Amino acid sequence: MENNRRSFLKFAGISAVGLSSLSLLDVFGTGKAVASTGQSAEGIYKNEDNALTAQRWGMVVDTRKLTEEICSDMEKACHQIHNVPEFEEKRHEIKWIWETEYKHAFPEKQDEFLTERLKELPIPVFCNHCANPPCVQACPTQATFQRKDGIVLMDFHRCIGCRFCMAACPYGSRSFNFRDPRPAIKDENPKFPTRMKGVVEKCNFCAERLAVGQAPACVEASEGALIFGDLANPDSEVRALLKENYAIRRKQNLGSNPSVYYLV
Amino acid sequence: MNDKPKIIIGLAIFLAVFTFPFWYNHGAASTAPKPELTEKAKAAKKCILEKEQMRTEHMQLLNDWRNTVVRDGQHVYEIDGKEYVASLTNTCLECHSNKAEFCDKCHLYTSAEPYCWTCHTIPKEKK
Repeated sequence: MENNRRSFLKFAGISAVGLSSLSLLDVFGTGKAVASTGQSAEGIYKNEDNALTAQRWGMVVDTRKLTEEICSDMEKACHQIHNVPEFEEKRHEIKWIWETEYKHAFPEKQDEFLTERLKELPIPVFCNHCANPPCVQACPTQATFQRKDGIVLMDFHRCIGCRFCMAACPYGSRSFNFRDPRPAIKDENPKFPTRMKGVVEKCNFCAERLAVGQAPACVEASEGALIFGDLANPDSEVRALLKENYAIRRKQNLGSNPSVYYLV
Repeated sequence: MNDKPKIIIGLAIFLAVFTFPFWYNHGAASTAPKPELTEKAKAAKKCILEKEQMRTEHMQLLNDWRNTVVRDGQHVYEIDGKEYVASLTNTCLECHSNKAEFCDKCHLYTSAEPYCWTCHTIPKEKK
């Protein structure tokens, strides 16, 4: 064969095309291999048959039915079920639901001549599961997120403990685990995980109980003072209550659009 | 070049010290431990996947479980017509209730340190 520039360039060109197509094959080959081993299983995920579902979960707190006793029962029920630790030191305190006064729950609704009943009334407060949650926007790792049904949840596996969400939450609904919570859990519920030092926690609207068809723990303990239901469904009990009664929400002017209504 | 003997002695000492860990541990390597099954796990014969698959892929399965349960809220995992509640403490450790013999042995051997247990409780811990 004549050895000139023309035939050399031809050969080089064909070789280049051939080699690049080889590497393409290689990519396809390994791609397939990764797909077959990376797939852990062919199982499917689904909901429990009796799971409670909604478009937007919400709560109505009927303050007319509340007493100190009911408030403390709700707190106990919630904190026992969710393994919430009890620390003596106020600054280490972890709380999912707690009781406060009207003036703290609704600071912008303080009238000079407020009805006597409200001044004394215990108001249970917890995460409002806002439709527009500022904590979710603040979280840099998406550890806190909003589910399709409106529940604002924590994924403790992803929480890095930066506490931006605590700064963002206007309701103080979040607590930080400054210490290992395990030793401070009195009556451990083995069905529910604990948390570890360095993560933020808050009320989860009993997402784990809804998944097995149970109402939230506080609702069960409330003797009818707390009503849980679908705010997006006009035929639900919560909507019926809101239709008939005047309800207020906490710090509504901030635009977070809370899903917890208080009948006063 | 009159220091030849000194250099050689020095080199020999250096080599001896440097390779000390290798010959000191020679033949002392422990064999890979075998996870022990509880009676309940033995009776079940098959775990969620085949034994070999569970051995190599349980971490992927657990990772899938936790993501689906926490983020999608789907708590039931169905495979081969069988349904399992996707839960480490309530499903896995229900059968494999001997965490020390079943989980820890191999994790220790392979120096894998999963941080599951900082939050997920071990059934034996309960009173």
